[in-house]
Amino acid sequence: MSLTRSRPPKEDAQPRGIAPEKKQKLTKAERKQMRRGGWLDAFSRQNLADTIFTGYLPIFVALIVIVLPLAWMVSSSFKPPTEIVTLNPTLLPQDPTLDNFGNVVDRVPLLTMFGNSIYVTLVGSSIKVLLAVTTAYALVFIKVPGRNFIFLGILVALMVPPEVSMLPNYLTITGLGGRDTLWGIILPGLGTAFGTFLLRQHFMALPKEMFEAAELDGAGHFRKLFQIAAPVSIPAIATVGLVTVVNEWNSFLWPLVITGSAEKMTLPVGLNLLQSVETQAGSYGILMAGAVIVIAPMLIIFAALQKYIVAGLTQGSVK
Amino acid sequence: MSSAVQTEQERTRARAHRRRQSKNWSLFLLFAGPNILLILAFIYYPLFSNMYYSTLDWRLGSSSATQIGLENYVAFFTSDSGLEVWRVTGIFTAGAVLGSMILGLLIALVLNKKIPGKTAARTAVFSPYVLSGVGVAMVWNFIFDPTRGGLSHILGFFGVSSPEWYLNEDWSLFMVIIVYVWKNLGYCAVVFLAGLQSIPKDLIEAATIDRAGPIRRFVSVTLPLLTPTVFFLLVTNILFSMTNAFDILRTMTPTGHGTNTIIFEIYLQSFGAYQRAGYSAAIAVVLFFTLFFITAVQLRFVERKVHYS
Repeated sequence: MSLTRSRPPKEDAQPRGIAPEKKQKLTKAERKQMRRGGWLDAFSRQNLADTIFTGYLPIFVALIVIVLPLAWMVSSSFKPPTEIVTLNPTLLPQDPTLDNFGNVVDRVPLLTMFGNSIYVTLVGSSIKVLLAVTTAYALVFIKVPGRNFIFLGILVALMVPPEVSMLPNYLTITGLGGRDTLWGIILPGLGTAFGTFLLRQHFMALPKEMFEAAELDGAGHFRKLFQIAAPVSIPAIATVGLVTVVNEWNSFLWPLVITGSAEKMTLPVGLNLLQSVETQAGSYGILMAGAVIVIAPMLIIFAALQKYIVAGLTQGSVK
Repeated sequence: MSSAVQTEQERTRARAHRRRQSKNWSLFLLFAGPNILLILAFIYYPLFSNMYYSTLDWRLGSSSATQIGLENYVAFFTSDSGLEVWRVTGIFTAGAVLGSMILGLLIALVLNKKIPGKTAARTAVFSPYVLSGVGVAMVWNFIFDPTRGGLSHILGFFGVSSPEWYLNEDWSLFMVIIVYVWKNLGYCAVVFLAGLQSIPKDLIEAATIDRAGPIRRFVSVTLPLLTPTVFFLLVTNILFSMTNAFDILRTMTPTGHGTNTIIFEIYLQSFGAYQRAGYSAAIAVVLFFTLFFITAVQLRFVERKVHYS
């Protein structure tokens, strides 16, 4: 109903006999609205109710459910223990304090862990993106027999979750002396199937003419990759890079298995340690401060670059 | 004489071809080799060594192991504790997939309307999906705390006392499903939204002119056109919920009582209290073939049966 009102059919398109009858039911104000393109229609009495109850109200409820836990986390991280254990909690801290953050640093080597997380994320992601770009280029542009077979092998690797390879990789890395080291955390995850797959699809869609001109100039594969294919694919590479950064930063199982000392732990593993030593009710403030430290960086990156991250994470859904 | 020249020419051409071929191969290996090696060493080798370990009765760290054939598999499929893992995995997967898909669809339907501010809302709804599972689980640990948590205060306002989320195994499972759905529904909403936006407007308008009400329009027009999206999300959500939930499960219920889904059980058996590495490897092999089977079904059916046009 609202649709027909907001976009009235042209008068001459209406069969005579029905049109005038309908027209008379509209008030003068409604007709005025139609002439303005119909957008004011959203604020007509019936539609305003419709917009509120099927539009804003559900969105508001959804946002409350999504945002409230995070707001609670931030607020609690600034609350002193007395405000945590109280039976009448307030949404905002009454007596805000930074003690919780200081306490996290006292309990676990937080700055070292933060540094470890940044190191593992940056080194791991850079190598993974580089490998993904070169592998995808090779699969598309360097013609060797059997490369489709190799691609199939990479596709199958895409669906092996890291949990499946956890035990053998633990034995391999331990055997190489990589237990409780940062390179031991990084190394097994470097082989990249996701980025290779995504960039291969992207490279295949590039126009061939772009490369033919360069070939006439005598450009080899290195120049074609780094001067043509990579520069024109910056958005796709950024997508792969950002998704990789998010995954590396949040990665938990493998660092948990391969690290033992607090000095080599990444943030998620360190927080797991923090949670196991802080078991009193009053220490929730300290735990929330820890949660803020691991969550805030990704929230900021996501807010700034959500277009690329959403595109990368929902890959395959839209053909 | 002329034939000799010809074969000579052919030979040169073949040699040039071989040279080009081997030059291509060395370039290919230079570009793709490191990645292929890493994938072989840390994805394929573990897959096959797991199959070997799965035939052993072997404690992690012990130097001796005995061959026991398929006993680990038999134990996983017949023992009470093995069947319990299947029950927990089934409930968790069903709850997580249905919960996030239904709520995701509802949010997508709302976001598909022309209302100001929906881009910001979309971003906010998606954001939990990119956050650390450990961090998120710690926040929810506080919320679910039966005496100090935000939820107990809200329930108390309505005169309901908080369930024992951490002591009762059924409530624990329900709790981790809620947190997983909270983290995951934005993903479903955004994919559903893309599916909704690809539905041609004129089909909906035609149905409106035929005086179909909003529910009729949804059931007879929108939903059938959305089947590829529904199927895609169903498969990816099943795969994700079977593999991605470890950080939430481990942080909220470290011992795994009542929440030991298959992925958690692999960890608990080898690195938890039991150290039964052989048994853990067997479960990992079963998980791999389960995922392989689901993906194969998807590849087989997604192109043929589901596409509407």
